Amino acid sequence: MKNEPGMMVAVTQEWHVARAQRAATALARSVGLSQVAVYSLATSVSELANNLFFHTRVGGTITLRAVRQNGSVGVEIVAEDDGPGIADVDSAMRDGFTTNGGLGVGLPGVKRLMDEFEIESQVGAGTRVVAVIWSAGATLQP
Amino acid sequence: MKVAILKLRGILLTSIPIDMNDEDAMAFQADVLRMLSDTEATGLVIDITAMNVVDSYMARVINDTAVQAGMLGAQVVLCGMQPDVALTLIEMGRELIGVETALNLDQAFNRLETMIEEREA
Ligand SMILES: Nc1ncnc2c1ncn2[C@@H]1O[C@H](COP(=O)(O)OP(=O)(O)OP(=O)(O)O)[C@@H](O)[C@H]1O
Ligand SMILES: [Mg+2]
Repeated sequence: MKNEPGMMVAVTQEWHVARAQRAATALARSVGLSQVAVYSLATSVSELANNLFFHTRVGGTITLRAVRQNGSVGVEIVAEDDGPGIADVDSAMRDGFTTNGGLGVGLPGVKRLMDEFEIESQVGAGTRVVAVIWSAGATLQP
Repeated sequence: MKVAILKLRGILLTSIPIDMNDEDAMAFQADVLRMLSDTEATGLVIDITAMNVVDSYMARVINDTAVQAGMLGAQVVLCGMQPDVALTLIEMGRELIGVETALNLDQAFNRLETMIEEREA
């Protein structure tokens, strides 16, 4: 996979969520993702950024970059924080699981929207989510 | 940024702007509810034509607004969802939006009229 330098957005306040989302939309458009893929990516960034804001005390970072592989182009999101971590990742990935009265659809939703999804978390150390959406993975082309 | 809420024959009509942030969303929710109780409107149409991203937070705001509007005696219809947005929303979670939806404003008003008639019958 050939990687390009990424763009990092710090998420420590609520309005940073919108900023991360705008950056993702701009990057996705510039690499030519389909409209559905652009919206899927923007929604995923919004969910991950909201989690940084709502579930960690200190916030975290969203790093976005264009990735290329076998003639296909995509966008990678890395959401990282040094927050409290997730005790039971399997539960957190289930629809409806929430510890703060949310809908509990953020993480499982991102997994469905993106083509690749990985989550690592350690209690007391933090959480790292890496997700990629490929141009060819979109279900509808414009 | 303030979201305009219009009243047309006992129905409130509001359109969510493209760049609504979380704070605006809370203010929007409060404004809608205040106006519903002030005007005793029987219906509420929320138009989301401009929205590209309906994340779980916005879904919650829309659902909460609808539930609270219901408690104030109003029926609620959501309209103007773009097809690409609908696809994203289905992947996010099928039951994310628990509100009646209509394709456009015209259909939303028809739908609301039927709902209000049914309730009063
Ligand atoms: N970055 C994080 N740090 C610590 N815990 C997290 C983090 N992200 C998610 N979690 C935990 O995983 C749970 C599930 O997250 P998910 O995004 O699926 O749902 P939610 O945020 O609770 O609600 P929603 O996203 O639907 O508003 C959260 O309730 C929280 O306990
Ligand atoms: Mg969440």
